[in-house]
Amino acid sequence: MVTLTHYLVLSALLFVLGLFAVVTRRNGVAILMGIELMLNAANVNLVAFNKFTAPAAVQGQIFALIVITLAACEAAVGLALVLAAYRSLETIYVDEINLMKW
Amino acid sequence: MSGETVAFYVLAVITLGAGVIVVTSPNIVHSAVALIPAFLGVTGLYILLNAEFVAVIQVLIYAGAITVLILFVIMLTEGGTGLRVHQRNEQGVVGAAVAGAMAALLYAVVTRTAWGTGTGTLPAYTPGAIGQSFLGPNLLVFEGTSIVLLVSLIGAIIIARKED
Repeated sequence: MVTLTHYLVLSALLFVLGLFAVVTRRNGVAILMGIELMLNAANVNLVAFNKFTAPAAVQGQIFALIVITLAACEAAVGLALVLAAYRSLETIYVDEINLMKW
Repeated sequence: MSGETVAFYVLAVITLGAGVIVVTSPNIVHSAVALIPAFLGVTGLYILLNAEFVAVIQVLIYAGAITVLILFVIMLTEGGTGLRVHQRNEQGVVGAAVAGAMAALLYAVVTRTAWGTGTGTLPAYTPGAIGQSFLGPNLLVFEGTSIVLLVSLIGAIIIARKED
C-alpha cells in the first residue's frame, strides 16, 4: 500500500537534490536544472495531495499544470539570460559573473 | 507487496538515481541527459496517482521541450563538449550539510503530521474534468497563465537575440 507519506518523502528527497544542485553548481545551466528538479518535486506533492486528501476536485492537478507552464516560462527566460550573459561576459560560471555593469 | 508498491519503488529509484547523476555528474551534458529519466520517473508517479493528463503534459514539456532547450544552450555556450574541470564550487560540504538538514526537517514534518484523508473519488475521466474546470471556475487562472507565457516568451526572444 503506497500512502501519501511515501510520495511526500520521495518529493522531499527530490527537492533536496535540486537544492544541492542550486547551492553547489557553478554552471548557470546546471543551476536551472536544479530548479527544474525542485519544481518537479513540488508538482509530485500537488498531485499526491489531490489524490489522497481531496479526490473529488481536480484542483491539485490544475495547480500542477499551471506550475509546469510557469516552469517552461522560467526555463525559457533563464536560458535566454544565460545566453545573454555568455555573449557579453563569455562565461556562464556564476561565480565569475561579478560585474553589475559592463 | 502489491504491484503498486513495486511500481512506486522502481519509479522512485529511477527518479532519484537520475537526480543524483544530474546533481553530481562532472560533465554537464551527462547531467542534462540524465534529466530525461528523472522526468520520466516523475511521469510514472503521475500515472500511479491517476493523473494521466498531467503525465502526458510532463512528457511533452519537461522530457521533450525543456531538456532539448537546456541541451541547446549547453551546446551554444560550452562548445559541445561540456567538459571543464570545475563544475562545482567550493561549497560542496556546506551545501551537503544544508541539503541534509533540509531533508531531515522535511522528513520529520512529513512523517509526524496527521494528513487528513479526503472523501469522494477521483473523476473517472480526469482530462475532461480538468478541461471543465479550466473553462469554468479556473478561467481567470487559465487566461492569466497564457498572458504570462506570452510575455515570458517575448522577453526570452528579446533577451537572447543578438544586438545589432
